[in-house]
Amino acid sequence: MTSEARITGEEPKSGTRWLWFFKLASPPHAYRLAGLLRPWFFWPAVALMLIAAYGGLLLAPPDYQQKDAFRIIYVHAPAAALSLMVYVVMAVAAAIGVIWRIKLAHAVAASCAPIGTWFTVLTLVTGSIYGKPMWGTWWEWDPRLTSELIMLFLYLGYMALRASFDDTQRADRASAILAIVGVVNVPIVKYSVVWWNSLHQGPSISKLDAPSIDSSMLWPLLIMMLAFVLYFVAVLCNRVRSEILKRERNTAWLTERLARS
Amino acid sequence: MSLSEFLQMSGYGAYVWSCYGLTLAVLIGIEWAGRRRLREELTRATRRAQMAEGKS
Repeated sequence: MTSEARITGEEPKSGTRWLWFFKLASPPHAYRLAGLLRPWFFWPAVALMLIAAYGGLLLAPPDYQQKDAFRIIYVHAPAAALSLMVYVVMAVAAAIGVIWRIKLAHAVAASCAPIGTWFTVLTLVTGSIYGKPMWGTWWEWDPRLTSELIMLFLYLGYMALRASFDDTQRADRASAILAIVGVVNVPIVKYSVVWWNSLHQGPSISKLDAPSIDSSMLWPLLIMMLAFVLYFVAVLCNRVRSEILKRERNTAWLTERLARS
Repeated sequence: MSLSEFLQMSGYGAYVWSCYGLTLAVLIGIEWAGRRRLREELTRATRRAQMAEGKS
């Protein structure tokens, strides 16, 4: 009885309804799919970035208060959005990995961390450069800035925790807990400018029906955000493939596939 | 609008262009790091696979 209970506990039974999902999430499928889809994210991302940069730098009129300094928003705000989005993807993937024991989900979570870290660094640095002429200071212990800095520490903590384990499975489980707990910081960053009296300006596009900026300034921002999202997925594809290669060493499908090439 | 006017960004040129430059650097950097990582893992895995094939 005990052995039977243990076996059913180890192997989660899935309904046939979800079979396609597990098949798609199987390492050989995911490896192939990530390679096939990558160019379809990468090149549109590059094209949209060029269009958005043209719109933001040349077509959009200068802001009545911030003059041309406001153009920093076209790189700062998308970087900040990605810093949060990548974390949510990481936490959701980690949760799926823990709950359904899907190896691919853990590979995705681990792949998100370095990308998200760089977007967070970029947010903090461009924000600092934006802040100097606008507020007269590089840094202020303001709710928005401080919570974004905590975002960086969460990413770094996640990667440090992973690195402290030799065993991938234990690293996956331990780091997943950190990723899931840390997700509470995401709404704190996002709504910090609304909840507290912040030095940071309020959201420009949180309400799409009534945005606080003119449409000539808005569309390059939206295009740039879309471009950053596509670019992230393209970079993620490569990273997930690397993770699969690392995790699937000595498996028959990989040996066969690589020996053929 | 002249080119020098465009580069000056009404006096904020240094701030605007450093932000765009850093963003470009980070975007190229994450892509480059991702490609390098994949290449390394692929080389390692291929070597291992060929060794396994040679043994059997």
